[in-house]
Amino acid sequence: MVAKSKANNKTKNESPKENEGSKVRFNTFVVDGDKYRTQLTEKFKNRKKWENPDERKIYSDIPGTVIKIYVQEGQKVKEGDLMMVLEAMKMKNKILFTSDGVVKKIYVKESEKIPKGKLIMELK
Amino acid sequence: MSLKRKILELQKKREKVLQGGGEKAIEKQVAMGKMTARERIITLLDENSFHEYDLFVEHEARDFNMDKKILHGDGVIIGTGTIFGAPICIYAQDFTVAGGSLGLMHARKITKIMDHAMKMRVPIIGINDSGGARIQEGVNSLAGYGEIFYRNTTASGVIPQISVILGPCAGGAVYSPALTDFVFVVDKISKMFITGPEVIKTVLGEEISMEDLGGARVHSEITGNAHFYAESEIECFDKIKELITYIPWNNGQKARQFEPKDPKEEFKIDEIVPGNPKEPYDVRDVIRGITDASEFFEVQELWAKNMVIGFGRINGETVGFVCNQPLMLAGVLDVDSSDKAARFIRYCDAFNIPIVTLVDLPGYLPGVDQEHAGVIRHGAKVLYAYSEATVPKITVILRKAYGGGYIAMNSRHLNADFVFAWPGAEIAVMGPEGAANIIFRKEIMNAKDPEKMRKQKVKEYKQKFANPYVAAAKGYVDSVIEPKETRKLLLHAIDVSKNKVDRKPIKKHGIPPF
Repeated sequence: MVAKSKANNKTKNESPKENEGSKVRFNTFVVDGDKYRTQLTEKFKNRKKWENPDERKIYSDIPGTVIKIYVQEGQKVKEGDLMMVLEAMKMKNKILFTSDGVVKKIYVKESEKIPKGKLIMELK
Repeated sequence: MSLKRKILELQKKREKVLQGGGEKAIEKQVAMGKMTARERIITLLDENSFHEYDLFVEHEARDFNMDKKILHGDGVIIGTGTIFGAPICIYAQDFTVAGGSLGLMHARKITKIMDHAMKMRVPIIGINDSGGARIQEGVNSLAGYGEIFYRNTTASGVIPQISVILGPCAGGAVYSPALTDFVFVVDKISKMFITGPEVIKTVLGEEISMEDLGGARVHSEITGNAHFYAESEIECFDKIKELITYIPWNNGQKARQFEPKDPKEEFKIDEIVPGNPKEPYDVRDVIRGITDASEFFEVQELWAKNMVIGFGRINGETVGFVCNQPLMLAGVLDVDSSDKAARFIRYCDAFNIPIVTLVDLPGYLPGVDQEHAGVIRHGAKVLYAYSEATVPKITVILRKAYGGGYIAMNSRHLNADFVFAWPGAEIAVMGPEGAANIIFRKEIMNAKDPEKMRKQKVKEYKQKFANPYVAAAKGYVDSVIEPKETRKLLLHAIDVSKNKVDRKPIKKHGIPPF
C-alpha cells in the first residue's frame, strides 16, 4: 500500500551546519588520552565530583527529624554507642556509632529536620 | 412511547452526558489552558471518525454519599476512530468530572477499550488528565490501576501503546504511561510524579514546585520518562499523528509504505563529517542526507543527547536510526544513552522496523559517577538489545569506532546483517593517543626526547591501525564505501533483507539487564 505523507516537517529540517556559527561553544573532552572538541550535557557538567570518604565525618543515611541526641561535644564514644534517634518515614531509628572516638563537633540540633547526606557529627 | 419519542429521549440523554462535568468545571479546565477531553479526541482523530463507547456507564459506589452523585461517563471517554486512516482505540480522562479520578467503572471502561485494541490489533492512545485514585472507592480504585498495568504489559510489543499526559498524572497512575511505548508531554500542562510536592515537604522538608518536580521539561530533559515534548496541545497532537505514520498497526505488520523521495540537496552527505576524528558535527545532518525528503522524526530529542534515536524513511520504508552524536560528549556511551538506545532498538525489533546504526564514538564515558550509577549493567542493555533483535540490522561506521563502543554499536560480532564503513573510519581498540602511550611506553620513556618519540609513535599507530581496512581484512566490515553511496547501499541492504529469517532458541523470555 502506498500512502502520501500528510505529516510534513514544517520547521524541523534546519539547514545543515547551523551549529557551526559563533553561538555554540565547544569544550575539550578527554577519553583515553584523546582530546575531543564537543559540547557537554547539563548532567555531565553538574555531576557530583568524587571525594574519598572520611571516616571521622558522619553523614545522615536517610532524611528525617532529629528527636534526641545522646552525646555531647568532647565526649568519648565507643562503637555501638547510641548517637541519636532520627525519625524518618514514620519510624524512630536509633543511630549508633560505627567506630570509637571523641565527639569533636555536632552539626545538628534536636527537632531539626535534616536531609540525606547531611554532616551530622565529626569525631577525632 | 413511539419510536420518535424514544429517539428524542436518547438525544436528550446523550446531550446531558456530553456536558461532562458541567459548565463551571469546563470553564476551569479552559482557564488552566487545557482542552476538554472530548475536544482532545476530536482534534487528534480524523474528522468525524470518532465513535464513543460506554457513554451511559455509571459508577456503583455506595459509601460516602457517592450513591447520590452522578458522574457522567464516570470521568473517562473511550472509543475508536482513525488517524490518517489508521484505526485507533483511544481513551481520554475527563478532568471536569470528579477531577478525572479513577474509580472502578472508570477503570473498566479503560480496560474495555484496551482489550478491544488488543483483539482488533490496533494502536491504543491514552490521554491522561486525572487527580488520581477516587479515594471514595477505596481498594476498587487500586484494583482498576492494577488491571490497566496488567493489560499494558500484555499488550507491550503487540500493539503500539501511546500515552499523552495532559494534566496531572500522579502516584500509581504514572505506571501505565511508564509501561507504554511512547509518552507525550506538553509544557506547563503535564505533571508526573510518584509522590507530590506536599508529601516531599512533610517527609523530607524539601520544598519544590510541581513543575520543577515533574513538569514536561523535567521528564523530557532529566528523567527520560517522556519521549516527545510539545509547547501546546495542538503541537502535541501533530506529533502523535506524525508518529502514527511511521509505525505499523501491530507487530504482525510493517509500517505503511510511503512514496519514495530523494533527500534534499542541501544535505551533502560527503561534506558533513570533518576528517579529524576529534572535531564535532551534528549526526542528524548525516541522517537527513540519507532519508526520504531529509525528514527525521527524533525520539527523546532533549534527553541523553549524546545518542540520537528516531524514525526516518528510506525509499518509502520506515527505518529506526540509532546514532552516536559527536556534537555532545563526543558521542560517548553512558548510562542514559545506553538506556535510550536499548529501549528504542527493542521497540524497532518488536514492530518490524529495520535498524540503521550510524557509528562515531570514542568509547564509554569515564567517571566515578558513571561506574557507581551502574554503567556496566546499563551498557549491557545495548549489547542485549542488538544481539536479540532479528529485524534487518545495518551499521555504517562514519568515523571513530573504538573499543567496547565499537562492539556495542551493532558490530558484526553482535550479528549485524550489513556493516559498511566510510573511508575515514577508524576501527581500533582505542584512540591513537591512548593506544600509543600503552604499546610504546618503554620506547617513549627511554627516548632522548620522549615527547617527540610519543608523537612519532602516535603517528605510526594512526597510519597502521586508524583505518577501516584492518577490520575489512578480517571481514568484520563488509564494504568500505564512499559517503555518497550510503543511501543506495542502505536501500539495497533493506531490499536484500526482505525475507530475513533469524530464529532464536525457543524460550519464555530472556533476562535482559534491567
